[in-house]
Amino acid sequence: MSNKIDLSTNIAGVQFDNPVIMASGTYGFGKEYSEYVDLNQIGGISVKGLTLKERKGNKPPRIAETPAGILNSVGLQNPGVESFITEDLPFLKNYKTKIIANIAGNTIEEYCKMAEILGDSDVDAIEMNVSCPNVKAGCLAFGTTPKGIEEITSAVKKYCKQPLIVKLTPNVSDIKSIATAAEGAGADCISLINTILGLAIDINKKKPILANNFGGLSGPAVKPIALRMVYEAAHSVKIPVIGMGGITSWEDAVEFMLAGASAVMVGTANFVNPTIPIEIVNGIEKYLERHGHTSLNEIIGKLELND
Amino acid sequence: MGKILNEQIVSTQMLCKDVFKMTIRSEYVASNAKPGQFVNIRCGGLDAMLRRPISICDVNKSQNTFDIVIQVKGSGTEKLCSMCQGGVDIMAPLGNSFMIDDKHENICVVGGGIGTFPLLYLLKSSQSIHKTALLGFRNKESVVLEDKFRVAADIVEIATDDGSYGKKAFVTELLEETIVSQKPDIIYTCGPAIMMQKVAAIAEKNGISCQVSMEQRMGCGIGACLVCACKTQKGDDWGFSHVCKDGPVFWSTEVCWD
Repeated sequence: MSNKIDLSTNIAGVQFDNPVIMASGTYGFGKEYSEYVDLNQIGGISVKGLTLKERKGNKPPRIAETPAGILNSVGLQNPGVESFITEDLPFLKNYKTKIIANIAGNTIEEYCKMAEILGDSDVDAIEMNVSCPNVKAGCLAFGTTPKGIEEITSAVKKYCKQPLIVKLTPNVSDIKSIATAAEGAGADCISLINTILGLAIDINKKKPILANNFGGLSGPAVKPIALRMVYEAAHSVKIPVIGMGGITSWEDAVEFMLAGASAVMVGTANFVNPTIPIEIVNGIEKYLERHGHTSLNEIIGKLELND
Repeated sequence: MGKILNEQIVSTQMLCKDVFKMTIRSEYVASNAKPGQFVNIRCGGLDAMLRRPISICDVNKSQNTFDIVIQVKGSGTEKLCSMCQGGVDIMAPLGNSFMIDDKHENICVVGGGIGTFPLLYLLKSSQSIHKTALLGFRNKESVVLEDKFRVAADIVEIATDDGSYGKKAFVTELLEETIVSQKPDIIYTCGPAIMMQKVAAIAEKNGISCQVSMEQRMGCGIGACLVCACKTQKGDDWGFSHVCKDGPVFWSTEVCWD
């Protein structure tokens, strides 16, 4: 390559080597995929959603395939935040990829407690999941109104030693007001979109395919919705935005960055092709070179709407 | 350890309506696959994005090939079965495997429908002196690979739901008869959950160890996404294990069948 191309991106003070981050819930704690991909080549990993105590998760089936997408309802199965720190984080810290701890709770107090516990750990950032559609209490309820977002963000921020990313749900009528509320309450970054609440039906059994009835839709089917919401959110706030929703190629990632995302998260596509993160990183680099750019800042938010 | 491989299809052959045997050339899989493991195979296209987990049915080490048998259930498997040549993107071999112990002189496999296929490679890999295969199918038309089972096992008994071939019985009834005449040291089973639950109960009643190969809708196939949950005993408590990584093979006593 002729020019030196800088793929790094800075999110709330955390320097990611490249803008491709693995989306929470699709990558476990990195160990399984490390057999297939060099984790050093991935910008960051947002780990499987953590709760204060271990959660067993929902009954199976937890997944249904739908056109260009999947519907999942895992229900936050995880060993609990403390077990993550002692059992799983040390492995991830063998790599230079940045680690984001994704947290979910039933009450504001639980979120605060987790942020406090993680403060003494080596995670690089905290992603607050206020948008999980698959658990009964809490979680999603905090994320659907500006007031709810404001209340939880300002409370949790007080306990955060690391930058706080607030992960937003698309299941709202006005994403701009939600994004602004998060920023106003002290979020260092917002990430979106979480999955879209959906339903898949087995017509022979006349029952939902998922044991939990409803689930979160992800995959290419949601991409246009995600792009629109990322655009709207990014143009309402000054804090960085991480964009996600159906990214399966470097072209998709570039679209999100043009819409205003400083970094992207890749989830469902990993199931299909575990090497996709590396292909996306390489594709973005070649795109920048072809267009005569030397850094991501030259494309982030550079979408020009038609008159 | 599983790898992402781009391998060549040798042939795809219809065994009966909607059931196809695909032979794939792969030195890595042929030399590393253990009985009970599966391949996660990419169908391609947006309407069947997820890979399809398919059990390894047979391995031919001298030819560097392995066989999978696919039942057409939807658009993904339909697409797979139409692939007769060229490259195929697989992740394999995945999952744990059946426990084979040379101390077991007498083994019995109990299979139902498409669950019979992984039991073939198990029988071929076992060094036991006496091997019995009890296979259940819907009807005569759906009985496949019988010749291969006859080579791999000493005794093969077939049951069909409608009695159009073999005995008109449930395969679990054949198991009860077999235990009376010659009690196996271990039972391996794969098939519909209700059948395996019955097999597990019969094994427990007779004090015979039993391994079951579970099935569940999968996402990643390598233990990261946690969707293919299977309720299992964990000490005094229970938890969700995962079919792709902790399984697909479990001891029947580990599985909570409720």
